[in-house]
Amino acid sequence: MTVDIGMPSRGTDGVPTLAEGEKLSKRDFTSDQEVRWCPGCGDYVILAAIQSFLPELGLKRENIVCISGIGCSSRFPYYLDTYGMHSIHGRAPAIATGLATSRPDLSVWVITGDGDALSIGGNHLIHALRRNVNLTILLFNNKIYGLTKGQYSPTSEVGKITKSTPLGSVDRPFNPVSLALGAEGTFVARTMDSDPKHLKSILRAAAAHRGTALVEIYQNCPIFNDGAFEILKDRDERAGRILHLTDGAPLRIGEGEHARVVVRTDAGNLAVVAESEADPARIVVHDAAADDPSQAFALSRLDDPAFTQVPMGIFRNVERPTYDDLVRSQLAAAAPDGPASDADLAALLRGNDAWDVADSLGRSSLK
Amino acid sequence: MSTSIHTLDKVVIRFAGDSGDGMQLTGDRFTSETALLGNDLSTLPNFPAEIRAPQGTLPGVSSFQLHFADHDVLTPGDAPDVLVAMNPAALRANLGDLPRGATIIVNGDEFSKRNLAKAGYAANPIEDDSLESWHVHSLPLTSITVEALTSFDLTRKDKERAKNMFALGLLLWMYTRPLVGTESFLKTKFSDQPEILAANLKALHAGHAYGETTEAFSVQYSVAPAPMPEGTYRNITGNLAMAYGMVAAAHRAHLPLVLGSYPITPASDLLHTLSRMKRFGVTTIQAEDEIAAIGSALGAAFGGALGATTTSGPGLALKSETIGLGVSLELPLLIIDVQRGGPSTGLPTKTEQADLLQAMFGRNGESPVAVVAPSTPSDCFAIALEAVRIATTYRTPVIVLSDGYLANGSEPWRLPAVDDLPDLSVEYATEPNDQDEQGNPVFHPYKRDLDTLARPWAVPGTAGLEHRVGGLEKADVTGNISYDPANHDRMVRLRADKIAGIAQSIPDLTVDDPSGEARLLLLGWGSTYGPCAAAARLVRATGARVAHAHLRHLNPFPRNLGEVLRSYDRVMLPEMNLGQLAMLLRSRYLVDVQSHTAVRGTPFTGAELAGAITEHLKEVDPQ
Ligand code: SF4
Repeated sequence: MTVDIGMPSRGTDGVPTLAEGEKLSKRDFTSDQEVRWCPGCGDYVILAAIQSFLPELGLKRENIVCISGIGCSSRFPYYLDTYGMHSIHGRAPAIATGLATSRPDLSVWVITGDGDALSIGGNHLIHALRRNVNLTILLFNNKIYGLTKGQYSPTSEVGKITKSTPLGSVDRPFNPVSLALGAEGTFVARTMDSDPKHLKSILRAAAAHRGTALVEIYQNCPIFNDGAFEILKDRDERAGRILHLTDGAPLRIGEGEHARVVVRTDAGNLAVVAESEADPARIVVHDAAADDPSQAFALSRLDDPAFTQVPMGIFRNVERPTYDDLVRSQLAAAAPDGPASDADLAALLRGNDAWDVADSLGRSSLK
Repeated sequence: MSTSIHTLDKVVIRFAGDSGDGMQLTGDRFTSETALLGNDLSTLPNFPAEIRAPQGTLPGVSSFQLHFADHDVLTPGDAPDVLVAMNPAALRANLGDLPRGATIIVNGDEFSKRNLAKAGYAANPIEDDSLESWHVHSLPLTSITVEALTSFDLTRKDKERAKNMFALGLLLWMYTRPLVGTESFLKTKFSDQPEILAANLKALHAGHAYGETTEAFSVQYSVAPAPMPEGTYRNITGNLAMAYGMVAAAHRAHLPLVLGSYPITPASDLLHTLSRMKRFGVTTIQAEDEIAAIGSALGAAFGGALGATTTSGPGLALKSETIGLGVSLELPLLIIDVQRGGPSTGLPTKTEQADLLQAMFGRNGESPVAVVAPSTPSDCFAIALEAVRIATTYRTPVIVLSDGYLANGSEPWRLPAVDDLPDLSVEYATEPNDQDEQGNPVFHPYKRDLDTLARPWAVPGTAGLEHRVGGLEKADVTGNISYDPANHDRMVRLRADKIAGIAQSIPDLTVDDPSGEARLLLLGWGSTYGPCAAAARLVRATGARVAHAHLRHLNPFPRNLGEVLRSYDRVMLPEMNLGQLAMLLRSRYLVDVQSHTAVRGTPFTGAELAGAITEHLKEVDPQ
C-alpha cells in the first residue's frame, strides 16, 4: 500500500530553495579545480552552459549533487562546486538511484558519455529509465572513446576506423534516443554542445521534469573524432537538416521553398518529404506529452548517419509517478505514527513465539 | 493402551521427504514446540537447489535436522537418532548418515515399485532384511491421513497433503511435546481457508492419537528443559537474526537503513525480511543486478544513510569494483555475504567458507576492508551491530561473512534489551575543519580523525562543505585528484593503517581451556564455532586437554592473536575451504597452523573434529 504524500510534480519539488532575494551566479558553481579537458573539447561549452544555468533553478547549492561514471565527460563533477561523486565506469545511474531514493531534498544530476552509459553501464541506464527515478541524466555523445584514446563506441557509425577497428567497425550503433524511449523513458531529449541556448532550454525542461530525464548532447571530441557533428554546425547546412521538435507545431525542417516536413505515410510510418509535395492533412504535429511513445520513437528513427535530418529538442515528456516518490510513500504509509520506538524494536525482536525462562531450571512459559 | 515414558538427555531427529512434502514446515513446527518446552536446540535444514526437482527422486529430497537436549546444544547433531522418511528417495538419501540402532519411520504407502525404482532401489528395503540393523516402523501415513479426513470436502490430493501434519502429530506424541503452538500457527496460516485448516488440525490430532492408541509404538520419550540463563527467548535463524541486527543497528545509529540487493540464494531471505521493515524506516531497492545493488547502497551512504547490500558467492565477485570505490570514498558500507559452495554458481544451497580470501583481497589495488564473521545463528544479530559500529566509526566498507549453515540453521536466542544494545550514534560533519593559506575556513574531506584515521562524513545538504569524491587517487587532506607518487604511497598506507587500527577497538581473543595446561589450540572462525566447541567437549570428556578459541574479527585480527597462537605447541584450524585463514595466519604470524579442511557443503560434525584433535594430541600432548 502507498499513501499520498502529496506526490510532487516538478523535478525540483522538495529541494530547498534560496531565501528571498538570494541569488547565486555562475561563479558560485565553478570549483577551484583546473579544468583538464583537451583544448577545443565540446565539454567546455557544456560545462559553461550548465554552470550558468544552475543558478536559474534558485536551489540551494548544497542540495545539488552531480554523479558521474568514467570517461572524459565524467570529470565533470570536479569542476562544478556542488556535492559530487566521480564514481566507476557505467554505474552512476545506480549510485544516483540510491541517493535520490533516500534523499528527496536533493537535485541529482548524472553526467555520462556514450561509452559509460551505453556500453558498460547500459543495464543501469535502462533500469533507471524504466523505474523513472527523479534524476537528470546528461549523456555526452561524442561517438568515440576519448579517455582511452580513441576506440569506437556503441554510437560510432558502422565502418568506423579506429585503433581497435583498423578495418572498420562491423557492429551497429545504438540510437540513444530510441533506446531511452524503448526503456520506458518519460523525458527524452536531444541537444548539442554548439548551441548553448538550446542546451539551456532543454536543461530547463529536464530539471522541471519529475522522473528520469535523459538528455543526449552531441559533443565534439576534437582529438579522436573531430568534426563528427560538423555538418550540423555549419549555418547553412544546419538549417536544412535540423528538425526542431516544438510541441504543438508541425514538424518542419528549414523554411521557404526548400522546407521539408514530416508526414505520416499510408503504411503508418513517418517520412520526410518536401513541403511543396506534402498533403497538408498528413503533416505530423509534435506532441511530446502523448502517452503512446510510438510517434516519438518513429521520430528518433528518422536519424541517419549522413544527418539528412536530425530531430533536436524534446521527443517525449510525460508524467508518471517516480520510483523514489513511490518508495517513500510506502515508507510513510508503514509508519503513520512516525519513527519506530525502542518498544517497536523490542516487539519485532520478540516475535510471536517467545518464551520466558524464569529460573535456572529452565521452566518456560509461553509469552 | 499405556506407554512408558523414557527420559533422554538429547535427541537428534531428521525429517526427510520430497521437496513438496512440507518437511521444512514440519521441522520448523517441531522445533517451535521443543523450544517452548525449554530444551536447548540447534537446527539444520538441507534443501535442493531446484525449486521442484522431479518428484520422488534423490535430487528432490529435502530434509530438516533438529538436535534438542536437556543441556546446552552446540550443533544440529552429528547423526540422527530418528529418521522420518516420507518416501524411498528420502530413506536412501539419508540412510548413510544414520548410525545402526537408530529409529526409522517411513511412509509405507510411498514404497511402490515405481517410487522404489525412482530412488534406485531394486528391492523394497522395508520387506527384505537390508534394514535389520535399524528399528524400522513402516506406517501407511498417506492412507491413514486420507482415511482420517474422509468426511472433508476436499480433493484426495489436498487430503494427502496433510500427511506431514499427521507425521508431526505422531512425533510430537512420541517426544511428549505440546500441540498448542502448532494449532495456533495453523489457524493463522490458513485463516482464510477454513476447510484446509480443519483438515490440517484433524491430521495433526490424528497423528497424535495414532501414537496413543495403536501399538505401533510402546515407548514415549521426554527430554527435560535445559538450564538457561534467565530471560526471554525465541528461536531464530541466522538470516533473520542478521536482518534484525541490521534494523537494530540502524535504529541505534539513528540512520535510515537503505538496502540495495539482488535476489540470490541463500541471501534472498535478508532482502525479503528487510523489505517488510518499512515501519523501521528501512528502504529496500531490488536492483537490476548485484553491481547496481551495491551501487545504490553506496549512493545512499554518500547521502548519509546506512547503506547495505546482501549477497552470496558470485554476487560478491560482482560487487568487487564498487567495494573498491567504497574504500577510496571512505564511506560506511555494509556488505553481507552469505557464503555458499563455489566456484562460479557452485552449490547454491550448500554451505562453505571459501570467500574469506575474496573478502580480504578480491579487489584491484591495495584495498583493505574490515571483515567480521558471526559464529552462530543468533550471533548474526550481534555481528550486524558490530559491523555497523566499525563501518560508521571508521568510514569503511565492512564485509560480514555469514554462510548457508548459519543463515538457515536456528537456535534459541536470549533477547537483548534494546537499551543494552550499543549506542551507534554518528556525527556528520557540519562545519569547515581547516584553513586555507589565507586563513579562511575551508572543508577538507580527507582530513582525518587523529584517533581513528576516519575522514569526516559530510553529507549533501550541508552548506559550506560542498566537495567532490571519487575513485581517482586523492591528495591527503584536501581530497583533490593527485597523481603524485609520494602522495599515493602515503594514501595507500593511511588506508591500510586505518583498517589495522580498528584492532584498538575490538576485544582480545579469549581462550577456553578448563585445564589451563592444554598444548593444542583448536581455533575456529565463522560457523565452525558449534562443531569446534562440541569437539572440544568430546575430547575433554575423555580426559584429554584442548584449548578452544574462536575468531569473529578477521580483518583486523584481535591484537593478542599472535601471542595466543605462539603460546601453544600446535594450532589446529578447521575450515570449510582449503585452508584460507590458515594461509593468512601463517603469513602474518609465522606460526605453523595445521589446517583441517572439508568442502562437502555441510558443517563439520563434532565427532569428526574430535577425531582429528585426538590425532594431533598423540603427537603434541600424549597422556
Ligand atoms: S579526448 Fe576528446 S572528449 Fe576527451 S577531453 Fe579530449 S577532446 Fe574532450
